[in-house]
Amino acid sequence: MTTVLVFEQLLNGLQFGVMLFLMAAGLTLVFGIMNLVNLAHGSLYMVGAYLTVAAVQWTGSYPLGVLLGLLGTLVVGMLVEVIALRTLYERDHLDQVLATFGLILFFNELIAILWGRAALYTTLPTYLQGHIEIIPGSIYPVYRALVIGVGLVVGAVLWYVVAKTRLGMLIRAGASNRTMVAALGVNIRLLYTVVFGFGAALAGLAGLMAGPIYAVQPGMGELILIQVFVVIVIGGIGSIRGALVGALIVGIVDTLGRAFLKPLLGHFISPPAAEAAGPALASMLIYLLMALVLAVRPAGLFPAKSG
Amino acid sequence: MADAILEVRELRKAFGALAATDGISLEVREGETHAIIGPNGAGKTTLISQLAGNLRPDSGSIRFAGEDVTPLSAPARAHKGFARSFQITSIYRDFTALDNVALAVQAHAGHSFRFWRAAREERSLRDPARRVLEEVGLGARADVLAANLAHGEQRQLEVAMALATRPRLLLLDEPVAGMGLEESQRMVQFLSGLKGRQTIILVEHDMDAVFTLADRISVLVYGRIIATGAPEEVRANAEVRRAYLGEES
Amino acid sequence: MRARTLILAACVLLLLAVPPLAMLFKQPYYIDLLRRVMIFGIAAASLNLILGYGGLVSFGHAAYLGVGGYAVGILAFYGIHNGWLQWALAIFASALVALVIGAISVRTRGIYFIMITLAFTQMLYYLGNSVEEYGGDDGMRIKVKSQFSGLIDLGDPVAYYYLVLALLVGALYLVHRLVNSRFGMVLRAAKSNEARSRAIGFSPYSYQLAAFVIAGAMCGLAGALLANHTAYITPAFMDWTRSGEIMFMVILGGMGSMPGPALGAFALLLVEDLLAGWTQHWQVILGPLLVLCVLFFRRGLAGLLPGGGKDG
Repeated sequence: MTTVLVFEQLLNGLQFGVMLFLMAAGLTLVFGIMNLVNLAHGSLYMVGAYLTVAAVQWTGSYPLGVLLGLLGTLVVGMLVEVIALRTLYERDHLDQVLATFGLILFFNELIAILWGRAALYTTLPTYLQGHIEIIPGSIYPVYRALVIGVGLVVGAVLWYVVAKTRLGMLIRAGASNRTMVAALGVNIRLLYTVVFGFGAALAGLAGLMAGPIYAVQPGMGELILIQVFVVIVIGGIGSIRGALVGALIVGIVDTLGRAFLKPLLGHFISPPAAEAAGPALASMLIYLLMALVLAVRPAGLFPAKSG
Repeated sequence: MADAILEVRELRKAFGALAATDGISLEVREGETHAIIGPNGAGKTTLISQLAGNLRPDSGSIRFAGEDVTPLSAPARAHKGFARSFQITSIYRDFTALDNVALAVQAHAGHSFRFWRAAREERSLRDPARRVLEEVGLGARADVLAANLAHGEQRQLEVAMALATRPRLLLLDEPVAGMGLEESQRMVQFLSGLKGRQTIILVEHDMDAVFTLADRISVLVYGRIIATGAPEEVRANAEVRRAYLGEES
Repeated sequence: MRARTLILAACVLLLLAVPPLAMLFKQPYYIDLLRRVMIFGIAAASLNLILGYGGLVSFGHAAYLGVGGYAVGILAFYGIHNGWLQWALAIFASALVALVIGAISVRTRGIYFIMITLAFTQMLYYLGNSVEEYGGDDGMRIKVKSQFSGLIDLGDPVAYYYLVLALLVGALYLVHRLVNSRFGMVLRAAKSNEARSRAIGFSPYSYQLAAFVIAGAMCGLAGALLANHTAYITPAFMDWTRSGEIMFMVILGGMGSMPGPALGAFALLLVEDLLAGWTQHWQVILGPLLVLCVLFFRRGLAGLLPGGGKDG
């Protein structure tokens, strides 16, 4: 376990955390503003990945494919909002959970019909395939570094929009008092559709960036979604800051755990036992962390005021 | 002179920059009906919520029968003898009136870790519940779903549930709110029947009710009590008149 | 109410008649199908207790199917085939897991509760996946079913069917008694109006936790039954989509009604079976059906019975 290795895994953790953040930000925005639990958020992640793969193949250009994939996810998100989700705003959370669960089944199967169940792998353009030297002596994949960069930039933009712009003010106001904002002449319906579309775009971005790193297959959204839930519970619902902190914590803990828990355990217990217990414990790590945070801070680390 | 059963000292509660409760001290004597009045936004419900245990004060203390109850939760205070009715009707809408009151009885009939016997067949719960319903005048409506009761009847049910817990202190938050003339008169008559037997803290806007029922009145303005005393004293108090009517004495 | 009891009794009689009828028409498949449906009926009944009556939206209930199933599977793996022991462990282990998860989750509310229960179930799923000893994500076969010292042979499909039927009726009846007892009234009161419950002196937490444990234990038994039914156990028993399915059974059947879970299990699984017969992509139809059901058919099937949906 050299320092270089640890550093590399830390970067990987950062990269994973950044993707979790994009997902968590979208989910927490939608929940905070529209009081909507959207389990199908993972489906939008999946749609982003698939549309981008298809667009890249179709246009032959990676940047163009990415753009089309993002736009496509935005459109799909807004369509879903208008067609299926509008009626759910007034319903209780149980109804929202069940209805969006139905949407998950639908999307997973639709994707399977269109693209089959086998995992798709994307090839990156050559200029994204190499490595760069982040610190002397340690090289890191260009693509992953790019993901980190994009995620941090988006995070900064998000913070700026929510904290400093008029749209952000509307969003924050809408979160605390819907009827008031509507009475001020703001088109709440449009605002909601826009916010939802934005959340969908974030999920789509995370999905398309995930494509080359993780497998693109039906059901991929739900695997990350549950981890996003852990992020939100740890970070506190409704707050972007909580989403960022929670995402980084979860991303780093999970990645480091998977990489180093087994060898670490091997120092204390016999190798065969470490072989068995290591991966098991590593996969449970973030949930145990969640339980710990809940014991100390039942509302998460940075909860926004309750919706 | 009866002893003070409830002693509130320097209670403070702020929401951000707003001091909803700004250093309230109050004494309620056993058996008295003590009304709390004040203009809208004075902080009456906030005060009641802190007394009932729904809201934690920022500072100050509440003593009941000589015991410091400030750290106690709402259920704990209920078991000390506090009972509360809510300003916005808060009953079990999916249950019948009788079920509602029986639940209040059940809450004070030992633990409820009984898993087999049907609660609705327990005479020890149903009979006292029926009696209380009769007392407040809802006897005939015992088997009606609470959601289907008239608004005034639902307010009566609130009071019934409070009484069913055999309280030592009744906290009534606008019991006649939203009631028609006849209904409120009946409620006032019922409440006056409780005078002396129960210690009542009554938050009300309806001045007829207040002056009929109250032994003493405290006037709450901007989170502070500006006057406490017998109804006539308070009625004549210049500051009170200013606060309410905005006129010179 | 009488008409309702008659209808329910007729349903039970129908179920009793299935094995001889199936044998008569040479369709033994239906014995297996309905047995599976009834096992899920038991799982749904347990969820109905905390969700339908208690208002606790637990999205992790399938975890106990897994715990119960693995209790049977792991003991069988080590050559312990005693059914009494296996099923007792299934129930006890599930109760213990429910106690731990519940102690942490029941304190939370609303969306947190949903996410946390889901997360913990996923944790158990990953645990099951990573323990290679017991098959990892492939799971393991259960070659010898639970043995009950000659009292009943679970290998006999008809005998097993009747056992499951008896357990289903028992489970529904047990939940019925629980929700009408003092315990159940506190649970239902807390669901109906938590502030009011606290004001009259109830502290719902311990009751809700107890209900959570009971529900977990009952679902653990369903897990043991399922493992014997399928003759294998995999982490997929605990897949979160399975939790969603069980939830749907409760809603579809009618939340907070006694026969609801059984009705819901029948409806959902029979519809799935039907759709699966048409196309392997049946979920693309089921998904929207579920959405429509949530939007327009909220009262559930029990609401169609005389006497209305709610009971007790």
